[in-house]
Amino acid sequence: MKKLHIPVEHTTLANGLRVVASPDRSAPVVTVGVYYQIGFRLEPHGRSGFAHLFEHMMFQGSENAGKMEHIRLINSSGGLLNGTTHYDITNYFESVPSNALERVLWLEADRMRALKVDDENLRNQRDVVKEEVRVNVMNQPYGGFPWLDLPPVAFRNWPNAHNFYGDFADLDAATLHDVQSFFRTYYAPNNAVLLMVGDLDPAQAFALAKRYFEDIPPGPTPPRADVTEPPQIEERRGEVEEKFGPLPAIAIGYTLPKRETRDWYAMGIVDRVLHGGRAGRVHRKLVLEDEIAVDADGSAEMLDTNGPTQMVSRIFHKPEFTSEQTIAAYDEVIRGVREARIGEDELDPVKVKLRADYYSMLEGGMGSHMPRFGLMHYLACFTLFDGDPNRVNTILDGFLNVAAAEAQAAAQKILVPTNRAVLIRRPVALEMTP
Amino acid sequence: MTTTNVPISSATPITNAPALGPERPVAWPKRTVLTLSNGMQVVLAESRNFPKISAQLFFRRGNAIVAKTNPGLAGMTATVVRTGTASRNSRQIEEDLRRMGADLGSHAGADTSAISISGLAEFSRELLELVADLAQNANFPEDEFERERRQRFEELRVERTTPGFLAGERFRRVLFGEHPYAIIAPSEDQVAAYEREQLVEFYRANYVPSDSLLVVVGDFAADEMLGQVQRIFGSWKAPQSPLPEFPAPPRHSGRKVHLVHLPGSVQTQILLGNMGITRRDPDWYRMVLANSIYGGAFHSRLVLNIREQKGYTYSPRSGNNALREYGYFTVNAAVRNEVVAATLTEIFYEMDRMRSVPVKPEELESARNYLTGVFSLGVATQDGVLGQLSTVYLERLPEDYLETYRARIHELTATDVMAAARRHFDSKDSEIVVVGDRDQIAEQAALFGDISEYNAHGMKIASGSR
Repeated sequence: MKKLHIPVEHTTLANGLRVVASPDRSAPVVTVGVYYQIGFRLEPHGRSGFAHLFEHMMFQGSENAGKMEHIRLINSSGGLLNGTTHYDITNYFESVPSNALERVLWLEADRMRALKVDDENLRNQRDVVKEEVRVNVMNQPYGGFPWLDLPPVAFRNWPNAHNFYGDFADLDAATLHDVQSFFRTYYAPNNAVLLMVGDLDPAQAFALAKRYFEDIPPGPTPPRADVTEPPQIEERRGEVEEKFGPLPAIAIGYTLPKRETRDWYAMGIVDRVLHGGRAGRVHRKLVLEDEIAVDADGSAEMLDTNGPTQMVSRIFHKPEFTSEQTIAAYDEVIRGVREARIGEDELDPVKVKLRADYYSMLEGGMGSHMPRFGLMHYLACFTLFDGDPNRVNTILDGFLNVAAAEAQAAAQKILVPTNRAVLIRRPVALEMTP
Repeated sequence: MTTTNVPISSATPITNAPALGPERPVAWPKRTVLTLSNGMQVVLAESRNFPKISAQLFFRRGNAIVAKTNPGLAGMTATVVRTGTASRNSRQIEEDLRRMGADLGSHAGADTSAISISGLAEFSRELLELVADLAQNANFPEDEFERERRQRFEELRVERTTPGFLAGERFRRVLFGEHPYAIIAPSEDQVAAYEREQLVEFYRANYVPSDSLLVVVGDFAADEMLGQVQRIFGSWKAPQSPLPEFPAPPRHSGRKVHLVHLPGSVQTQILLGNMGITRRDPDWYRMVLANSIYGGAFHSRLVLNIREQKGYTYSPRSGNNALREYGYFTVNAAVRNEVVAATLTEIFYEMDRMRSVPVKPEELESARNYLTGVFSLGVATQDGVLGQLSTVYLERLPEDYLETYRARIHELTATDVMAAARRHFDSKDSEIVVVGDRDQIAEQAALFGDISEYNAHGMKIASGSR
């Protein structure tokens, strides 16, 4: 087995900004990201959707780059850019020809230093975000399933359980003052990491980072929302309407153990035994053998979250079966991993696939448009959550070293009714007017 | 409706931003290109940063050749191809894939059927053997076929509730008329009528090495890989049948509105456009540049106008869509119901501006840099290289297409942009599709042309009383 080693160098500037560089000079392109440790899980109580709305505001103007200037400067340098909001992080990233590295750093530093936006910008982006929610959730079959539907059923603590895209009333209530105060609280250099991946020399890249970022004043350590969940003592169930789609859908989530514990790694393997396409046990049983479901698969959000999160199975079943029949068949699969050890003939290939998927993620991760996006993303998460970007070279071993007995033990502990939530999305079967 | 937009892009000069450093040249990987004696063209490129390979095998026959008799049959054939061969059943195939860290896809578009695979380089030979097995020995098990048929029914039912799909379906129908590109999906009845023998027949006739294309990119030495490919695919012999002639698409004159009624829709999907060009058209580069300035990029005029200035929509875009025989130009935006007419006004305003006012030098320069830079990002990933090579060889573009693309874009002028816009941004003859709740949008849409209304199943309905 050919072992992949990613070169990683890192430093911390005087203002607390962490900086990570990973050189790869095979192509003249570089991917840059700034990750702030604030996500929708951590947004202020009663301000659902604010972290994401704020992310839009970061493209609306900074001290030296007015509205659309940031976007135009990246595009006209031959680059692509975007920003996304996650549970525990918000990221801003660019892939550009490497001769634009300095310009990208200047732009990112400018908006880390000061946001220059007005009420008109806020009204505009509030409208844009509402259309984003409509196109992705409200006007799409199975929109938001299950990433928006399941957390309110699974969790009890508001940070983990609210509407992450935001209620429109909350979006409407956001003011420019909220924007600037959120910026001051969470967008300080000491709450962020800068990543530079690709065609660069680390020493030069660090010098540039120092030039543009080091004099941005640090802020007080931001308050951390308490994301701990009260103990769960019952299976949780919820039901929502599916306005468009014809099939009943079920999401079943099991809350995962704490990041980077032995059980967490073991659940990474259990997840791959259960899910991962047509060879996974859930698909095989529900779709191929019992023919209850039309589609069934799932996944676990692991590497890029830092708080309560779940392994989630997603099942679209035939209307002629009831939810209870479907869940009963699913439970047989769960019993299987609890009651018998995974054989080597299943464990080994699962690990091979996990390794291959990890490489693919590092190489691209956002399609072919943003080279090394995944590498940048994981470097950021390992830095912010674990304090060690070099984990990008060792994390895989944690999963590959899981023994069958450990996987079974974790399954017995984690895959229990009192650790799960079931969300049913039931079609309302809209009558089509002729 | 006033149209007094001052485009931000040409109003604000760069002030403090650092200048770009000297460009490093972009080196596309060297290709090994060979046509085997059976007619299969093989294109290999090394990309050795990650221990993986990606490969794609194309057959130049897709849904277009069955559109008259069995719409979507090529798609169903591709779906069932992966479910069994003479020596492997479905479960074996899936387990083999997992064992090699691999993902497999098999799809058909209008013009091609393709099998694609990516996996760990240590299994290169076996991965290609699996592709060869599927391409030559698929046995279309009856039960797998029936399962996939049922799955297709459900997908079709979901698609009939998806605004983007409904817009695309209606648009292609009105644009292409009797030409097979008019049909992007079968009806449930048509799927119900598929017979296993028809799939087998399509497979026998069209999954043949003659005129096929195999592209492999990844962590290998090209000379060794070439030997392997010859051993695995060299002895496979079968001729390709000639392509049938298709009826020409209709001419489009005047604006027409096609409303697909989706009751209760909280947003309207707009999709409009007209015939465009193929990649082999001499206007292709000019059109790529014109599109990028108009609505093909984040910093384009359309995005600035209806997103960043007016907040009507989240992700508006325009695009050149090139199929083998014809291309078409589209503009799409999902907007709130109240601003359908306002959005259409701006879309046409920006089109007409492209046709009538020369692009300023700075905006032109920005757009050229954008295209050449983004084009080069693909060089850094296996999928990027695979995608570009597939386009070049599938479309039979010049051998030096990748190497000369940047220069071809950089030599274009404002005159080129306006010429392309005048020829292809045919705003006065646009076909306009809107998908939404007719009670909320029909009146607005009808301002732009004669309106026809359809339900989600594609049937014409009487215009609702308003």
